[in-house]
Amino acid sequence: MDRKVKLEIRNISKIFGKNPQKVISLLNKGYSKHEIFEKTKQTVGLNNVSFEVYEGETFVIMGLSGSGKSTLLRCINRLIDPTAGSILLDGQDIAPMDAEALRKIRRSKLGMVFQNFALLPHRTVLENVAYGLEIQGVPKEERYAKAEVSIETVGLKGHEQSKITQLSGGMKQRVGLARALANDPDILLMDEAFSALDPLIRSEMQDELLSLEDAMQKTIIFVSHDLDEALKLGDRIALMKDGEVVQIGTPEEILTNPADSYVSKFVAGVDRSKVLTAEAVMWRPEPLVAVSSGPRVAVQLMKEHGISSIFVVEGKNRVLKGILMIDDAVQALKSKKSFEPMIREVPSVPPEMPLNEIIPLIADSEYPLPVVNENGKLKGIIVRGTVLGALAMSEDIPDPEAEAAGTEVKSTAEVESPERISGGSTLESGNASESPVSGEAEGKLKGKAPPDIEVNKDLENKETGSLDKDLEVNAC
Amino acid sequence: MLIPKLPIGDTVEFAVDWTEDHFGVVLDLISDQLDFLISALKDALLFLPPEIFILALSIFAYFAGKRNVKLALGTAFGFLLIQNMGLWALSMETLALVLSSAMLALIIGIPVGILSAKSELLNHIIRPVLDLMQTMPSFVYLIPALIFFGLGNVPGMIATVVFAMPPAIRLTDLGVRQVPKELVEVADAFGSTGWQKLVKVELPVALPTIMAGVNQCIMLALSMVVIAAMIGARGLGYQVLFGIQRVDIGLGFEAGLAIVIIAVVLDRLTQHLSPR
Ligand SMILES: Nc1ncnc2c1ncn2[C@@H]1O[C@H](COP(=O)(O)OP(=O)(O)O)[C@@H](O)[C@H]1O
Ligand SMILES: [Mg+2]
Repeated sequence: MDRKVKLEIRNISKIFGKNPQKVISLLNKGYSKHEIFEKTKQTVGLNNVSFEVYEGETFVIMGLSGSGKSTLLRCINRLIDPTAGSILLDGQDIAPMDAEALRKIRRSKLGMVFQNFALLPHRTVLENVAYGLEIQGVPKEERYAKAEVSIETVGLKGHEQSKITQLSGGMKQRVGLARALANDPDILLMDEAFSALDPLIRSEMQDELLSLEDAMQKTIIFVSHDLDEALKLGDRIALMKDGEVVQIGTPEEILTNPADSYVSKFVAGVDRSKVLTAEAVMWRPEPLVAVSSGPRVAVQLMKEHGISSIFVVEGKNRVLKGILMIDDAVQALKSKKSFEPMIREVPSVPPEMPLNEIIPLIADSEYPLPVVNENGKLKGIIVRGTVLGALAMSEDIPDPEAEAAGTEVKSTAEVESPERISGGSTLESGNASESPVSGEAEGKLKGKAPPDIEVNKDLENKETGSLDKDLEVNAC
Repeated sequence: MLIPKLPIGDTVEFAVDWTEDHFGVVLDLISDQLDFLISALKDALLFLPPEIFILALSIFAYFAGKRNVKLALGTAFGFLLIQNMGLWALSMETLALVLSSAMLALIIGIPVGILSAKSELLNHIIRPVLDLMQTMPSFVYLIPALIFFGLGNVPGMIATVVFAMPPAIRLTDLGVRQVPKELVEVADAFGSTGWQKLVKVELPVALPTIMAGVNQCIMLALSMVVIAAMIGARGLGYQVLFGIQRVDIGLGFEAGLAIVIIAVVLDRLTQHLSPR
């Protein structure tokens, strides 16, 4: 993928204090944020942060409170002046700009949405949304027309003349979003935009932001302290700690390959089923049989691999035709016919489908689930065991603190005990309370538990079932 | 140990003489302007017949108080009582003095308050001065006013302006400082100029606090009415003073009552004018 870099942050540092240069030199000598505060009473807001944001992507900056997320976001539109470093927007450095040039950039390219909505209390919804255009001198009719459009985009049509005090939290933030959109900026900066909303509304707003993003293809930089939110919204995520970026990657990279114990601890309580996709858990589709091969080859392959069914593909592009059962193949072999009419159709999933949608499908399916791309090509197969394994993976990551607390031991026991294996998600919810993720994650996980349990029970039956069939194959 | 008496009084007298000599023309000019302002306002207030004035004021009170019948009736009743006591002309003179003083105090006080909210340096300079102004007894202002402007309405007005200004400065400063940080960030993030930020965000958001300052400023100006009469300001204050000096309780009480009525009406009106 050769994507265009929209924004490049290069070696940004921010020191809050009277003598920042001294702090910079201490940082270069390797002193930590805490040591520096002890020594100089100055706060390291950001320490040498660099990253790129691509055109059209949603880039999430996340980390615990006080890790420097807001400072970083505010350096991008210079609400906070960085102590050092450069901010290249479309290749143009914002950091050294004078007030006039900066104002132009802010008006045309950067929109911002605030945590506590920050609506002007003396203005109506329409006047709030039109604010950005108003200060640019856009004539009243034109700016109200544009404001109307963005009010409609965020679903507040009919509330143009409402007073701010009459709105609910969710509606207020829609106004905040509409206000940022009305200027049609290249980049939307969102600082914990949904954190002040209650969980249901928050989730609704996240969904709407996602669909907005689909429709508008804006570059969004979203600050969040909620990992679930970051994983849901982010194309890529930068994890911050003490003013530094610890890891940057896609949600899956962060989950499956945490850079250090801080990150792994952070992700320990995550509901993986929402993040991991079919692609992440699928296996290489082997063995396969071509439609053009005879039944003998099919039977032979199944025997070799000790399986009772096999996927049938066509041509070099491995277009999936369906599945062939061992019994059918044997019959075709006996009657010396092609097995083609006996191929059964199977449900398939696209590579980007998240696990939580796959689970119910695989529960109903007797066979592995084929993963098929938009051209019909068979990319891989998903076996139930893999799904479970992926979901349980957080348990493999050593978590020294939790172990010290003695909670980890119990959850491991749960994994190993077969009758409790169904507790995959219960385990995770147990972990969630340990993790820095907000308490709601726990609630969501618990809410999801019952269907998972059923799935897993099914799996056990299935596994014993296929073993029997394997014996038959060998006997054949 | 004997310390010889320090020549403080002499020094002050000298300084005042010096100022008179060098700035007398300027002081006279200011005096004339202010005198003109007060009498113009008084003439304007007396232009309408009392009945029509009262009707107009009551209607204004009704709408200012968002269809507040009580406020309208109270205003009408109070001012009719003033007219009934035969104190109309004196009341209008007092009102002219109070309103022009308050106006001047606000014209100076609000911008100073804004500047002080924006500049830490100015704030540090102003703060002790305001503290001093508010702890000093109001009589103290009479002396320099008397020295520079002689006897009459103008020195009364100057003393009143000085006395009534601190709350206007303080509350404007407070109001602008209290504008939530996120709202200031909104103004900046969307690319407002400094002026746009002030006019479209900071002042409107600070308005309730600023209006509280306006209210206090007017009240303090009114409270100076009797004191200012000591250096020749006319109107109800002089009537009260006259009543006290003559031990004419009835006269003093009536004038005092008129002041209270004006105070209550002005207080309610300015409170209702401030948005919430
Ligand atoms: N204006 C400021 N003056 C001094 N320290 C600040 C200021 N703003 C933020 N900080 C400090 O910088 C660090 C990062 O803050 P912030 O960016 O607000 O964190 P986050 O948004 O991740 O919660 C914190 O330690 C905070 O105390
Ligand atoms: Mg923050």
